[in-house]
Amino acid sequence: MKKRSPADVAIQALWRDNPVFRQILGICSALAVTNLVLNTLVMCAALTLTTAASCLTVSLLRKYTPDRIRMMVQTLIIAFYVILIDIWLKAFWPEMGRALGPYVGLIITNCIIMGRCEAFARFNPPGLACLDGLASGLGYAFVLLAISVVRELLGMGSILGLPVPWFATHWDKWIIMVMPPGAFFTLACLVWLFRSLAPNAEGTAK
Amino acid sequence: MSTHTELWHAMVVCFSAVFTGNILLTTFLGMCPFLGVSREVKTALGLGLAVVFVMTSTTVLNWLVYRYVLMPLQLEFFRFIIFIIVIAAFVQLVEMILDRYSPLLYQKLGIFLPLITVNCAILGASLFMVIREYRFLTAAAYGFGSGIGWLLAILAMAGIRQKLQPARIPRGLQGPGIALIIAGLMALAFIGFTGVLQ
Repeated sequence: MKKRSPADVAIQALWRDNPVFRQILGICSALAVTNLVLNTLVMCAALTLTTAASCLTVSLLRKYTPDRIRMMVQTLIIAFYVILIDIWLKAFWPEMGRALGPYVGLIITNCIIMGRCEAFARFNPPGLACLDGLASGLGYAFVLLAISVVRELLGMGSILGLPVPWFATHWDKWIIMVMPPGAFFTLACLVWLFRSLAPNAEGTAK
Repeated sequence: MSTHTELWHAMVVCFSAVFTGNILLTTFLGMCPFLGVSREVKTALGLGLAVVFVMTSTTVLNWLVYRYVLMPLQLEFFRFIIFIIVIAAFVQLVEMILDRYSPLLYQKLGIFLPLITVNCAILGASLFMVIREYRFLTAAAYGFGSGIGWLLAILAMAGIRQKLQPARIPRGLQGPGIALIIAGLMALAFIGFTGVLQ
């Protein structure tokens, strides 16, 4: 793999190879926690932290990890950070822990983190790997936030629980948007938008 | 009497896991393979059957591990790692047994088994079972029902996508875009089951 500048790595992860749009990865939680903006913010913070920290750790250990068991090692590293976050949420923000339910634990199986560790972190120095993880996490967070703003606004007429002027009074609330189908439709529209806008979107997803 | 009510409860949980609380359409678990492997009915069926089997078995295994190992040791927070290891080990074991005793079945299902380890629906079912504090029978029924629900959803999806092949879809919407819209419509249809169970 050839050398790449930090800025290039960041832009690639944030926009051009945006994990959700381009690779349609890790959308389980993208759909599940986006009915309210606040839940989404917490989830995004947790995911970004985990991705950055796991990429950093995988990269630090890259010379000492035997190739054959690397998947197991990566999973354990990711699970370690997820457990930290889970315990922290339980201790300091129990309501949020309950609202997110199993989705905090499911960060472990989020393909984005494993994908970044596998594709990038294990070949690159720690600093760059951490940046890549951070940018991937933020790219993911940005999509989740977009989805959750649309869903909460159309479904409840509010953002972060605060009523939005016109929407709270004159808008017929589309309850369907905060229910599961709304998540599918919103993400579909965003994917459509992104793929039509982005240049050279061959869109040959698996 | 108590076993009777538990049996009834287990049946209700199983039914609701298939229809009203479909693991894919209401909790969004297992989306990646759902979008990735739903082009053909045949492969979808293979993957779905493998998921039913693995999900039922791992939910039962994880329930036992959680109840008899983690709870007495007060290591509940360790469940993420333990569940993942149980699932990975179980899948590996099944793969080896199939390879040894039933090469035909191995050829049919074998390619799907490694995919299943990273299927978040499997881990999700185990986590839900812990959060909802199911008892043994109920947990087993829940695992089975969730698997069947997932199978149902991916089969329907594959069928629709096959029918859709000759259709002319806008470029940006091809592939995952249209699949998500189909999933949304399916989720809408499944909402119709709400109210069947009280």
